[in-house]
Amino acid sequence: MAQTTHPPGTGGHAASGGEGGSRRDFLYLATGAVGVVGAASAAWPFIDSLNPAADTLALASIDVDLAPVAVGQAITVTWRGKPVFVRHRTAEEIESAKTVNLGDLRDPVADDARVKKPEWLIVIGICTHLGCVPLGQKVTDPRGDYGGWFCPCHGSHYDTAGRIRKGPAPANLVLPTYAFTGDAKIRLG
Amino acid sequence: MAQVQATKFKNPVVNWIDSRLPIFTMLDHEYNHYPMPRNVNYLWAFGAIAGIMLVIMIATGLFLAMQYSSHTSLAFDSVERIMRDVNYGWLIRYVHANGASMFFIAVYIHMFRGLYYGSYKAPREILWILGVLIFLVMMGTAFMGYVLPWGQMSFWGATVITNLFSAFPIVGDPIVTLLWGGFSVDNPTLNRFFALHFLLPFVLLGLVILHTAALHVCGSNNPLGIDPKGPQDTVPFNPYVTVKDGFAVVIFMIIFAVFVFFMPNYMGHPDNYIPANPLVTPAHIVPEWYFLPFYAMLRAIPDKLGGVLAMFGSIALLFFLPWLDRSKVRSCKFRPVYRQFFWILAIDALILGYAGSQPAEGSWLIIARIGTFYYFFHFLVLLPVLGKLERPRPLPNSISESVLKGGGAIAAGAHAKPMEKA
Amino acid sequence: MRALKTAILSAALALGIAGAAQAAEGVHIPKQSWPHAGIFGTIDKAAAQRGFQIYKEVCSACHSMHLAPIRTLAGIGFKEDELKGIAAGYEVHAGPNDAGEMFMRPGVPADRFPSPFPNDQAARAANGGALPPDLSLMAKARVGGEDYIYAFLTGFEEPPPDVHVMEGMNYNKVFPGHQVGMPNILQPDGVTFADGTKATVEQQAHDVATFLTFVAEPHLDARKQMGVKVILFLLVLAGLMYAVKRKMWSTLH
Repeated sequence: MAQTTHPPGTGGHAASGGEGGSRRDFLYLATGAVGVVGAASAAWPFIDSLNPAADTLALASIDVDLAPVAVGQAITVTWRGKPVFVRHRTAEEIESAKTVNLGDLRDPVADDARVKKPEWLIVIGICTHLGCVPLGQKVTDPRGDYGGWFCPCHGSHYDTAGRIRKGPAPANLVLPTYAFTGDAKIRLG
Repeated sequence: MAQVQATKFKNPVVNWIDSRLPIFTMLDHEYNHYPMPRNVNYLWAFGAIAGIMLVIMIATGLFLAMQYSSHTSLAFDSVERIMRDVNYGWLIRYVHANGASMFFIAVYIHMFRGLYYGSYKAPREILWILGVLIFLVMMGTAFMGYVLPWGQMSFWGATVITNLFSAFPIVGDPIVTLLWGGFSVDNPTLNRFFALHFLLPFVLLGLVILHTAALHVCGSNNPLGIDPKGPQDTVPFNPYVTVKDGFAVVIFMIIFAVFVFFMPNYMGHPDNYIPANPLVTPAHIVPEWYFLPFYAMLRAIPDKLGGVLAMFGSIALLFFLPWLDRSKVRSCKFRPVYRQFFWILAIDALILGYAGSQPAEGSWLIIARIGTFYYFFHFLVLLPVLGKLERPRPLPNSISESVLKGGGAIAAGAHAKPMEKA
Repeated sequence: MRALKTAILSAALALGIAGAAQAAEGVHIPKQSWPHAGIFGTIDKAAAQRGFQIYKEVCSACHSMHLAPIRTLAGIGFKEDELKGIAAGYEVHAGPNDAGEMFMRPGVPADRFPSPFPNDQAARAANGGALPPDLSLMAKARVGGEDYIYAFLTGFEEPPPDVHVMEGMNYNKVFPGHQVGMPNILQPDGVTFADGTKATVEQQAHDVATFLTFVAEPHLDARKQMGVKVILFLLVLAGLMYAVKRKMWSTLH
């Protein structure tokens, strides 16, 4: 940063140059490099301590029994602190999700790629715009123009496959990692 | 600092900022060119070491605070969560817990170095007083930090220390109730201790900046205790002293690491791994080691108020040290009589520390009383009297003469020598 | 009446501990040799697994270990499915369910070890007024650590003729005050180890102490390994710094 000009008479200038100068410079460089490596390594534990702790990670998967959810109903389960929408879709809802022309979609994904079993749509219930929770889980909720979900914050409309159809959100509702462990049992995470 | 001339820098952006806010000039003068007596020894590194410890404590403390819960029902478990589940939480906590001890070790060595070489004498009185203030704030911070894990020692340490104030007549009990925010040490106490424990390190940082500013007005003392007479007596702080201090810091860190990684609970107490229980006092409660000499003084006096006054007095008199010591000579090198008493004081402090760790009965109580008596005798009687009676040895003419010519007539010249080519 | 009795008993116990502490000052706790001691020491996983078996079959009837999640056992070599099996063996409180009721469900590795008693009062009531301490931090919460645990578990013996042991109490040569509510619980072959190790009392005490050391400090191995690296690094840096310092100061004259 600042150039170091030492007062005359202190011998400060002798620190560089002269015979043995390059060996000295190498020593200084090596020491500096080792010091920087040490400082950087010391920073890592601090940064990593901000990542999810072991107890948080251990709770990262949960089992959900879907048997009580009747056709047309939806439930919301909490997974990793986020709402997960599980909707038992009706035949019409499945039909309307399948027959959409992919070219009309902002984030074109076929319905098959968004479900593991056609009657169960499972998405993370967080609007991809700015993180609000869309309406549409309760029968009394507005479900938007496409029968899926409607985000009240900035007016994004999602269809019955959780795909973005209208409004500011850039992408479809995110799919959580899950697997069917039984006929109507899933494990999230 | 007012006479400082603006430095010219290569970087135009730096120059632009510097001409509006001369912070780079300030740094350049205070940490680049700052003339350091060329004969300072490695004891002078402990100021820098203490400064680094403060930074380490603030950094680890900040990250611990992000995981800690300051509620009596959660505090103990949240600390255990840090130890078990948070990534590297065990490392950060052990660095913080042992760091407190290492900070005190550095500061105690720094203080005794000041005592030995008379660094508190004119014109460095304010520098010394700021140092004593730093010490006081450190003690308060350390005490409140020890309460936070909410173990048995936390709880009973907090109870005993806050009860000290009840010794004062009339105002005592209301003060204690005020400190507690209730009728015993409880959740309000823990909460406010956490808030203060977070705040005080920044007060400490401010005091350290003032301490350094005061130091840079009058310059560093040195083992000979005489003022530099010109550039031939000094070296620029950077790179000479930064490298030397850096080496000392790394050595100190090795010792620190041995504690953190291989004996992390050595300086702690097993009882603090038992959750606080307001109904059962541990059989043998002791404060952390760095408070033991003062704890010994507290218990040495058989009167409650007397003990408290002795304890506070032992620190309060340090404020008056620059005026208690009447000798004009700074360094112990040239004070053959006082030097003996300095070492007696150092041993006295160690004995008081040990006495403080023992049950207050029998011979240890008597030893603590003798130790307490000597402590006050040293500062209040010996120092003023010795200044008048003692005949100091002749001082060398200058630092460079002493360093380069082996100290001339000075027998202690060998001590100054390590600086030469070490 | 019962509460009064409990109160008196616990007060007596507390007084006993306090009064006995001085008596215990002189008690010598012999040092054992532990594979996890020293700079390069690591937890003996086989011993810790046996120790866990003893904890599960013997200690956990009275002692809680509530700070440790079951998944901690991964650190002594239990595999994922073994952990699930161990966890499923415990019933844990859960709920409320959709009907608003609390219920019991099989444990998962993320759960903490369930405590044998719902609260301290229940624990005291079931143990003649004495509170069996939580074991999560036992190896760090006693002077002597794992050596104390070993000495305590092997320290039950017939009281000397001049000592009168109170009713419901047992004589232990290292416990402060020598009288303790806990009975001599470890018996030769009281457990059967799967790995064929002979279950002497000393072996069991050793294994439990190893296990409790691990539970109190699950990152002990990682800590020491990192320590060796950090100190080696600092030694190299110190050497370089010293060389730089010498070179630099040598230019001064």
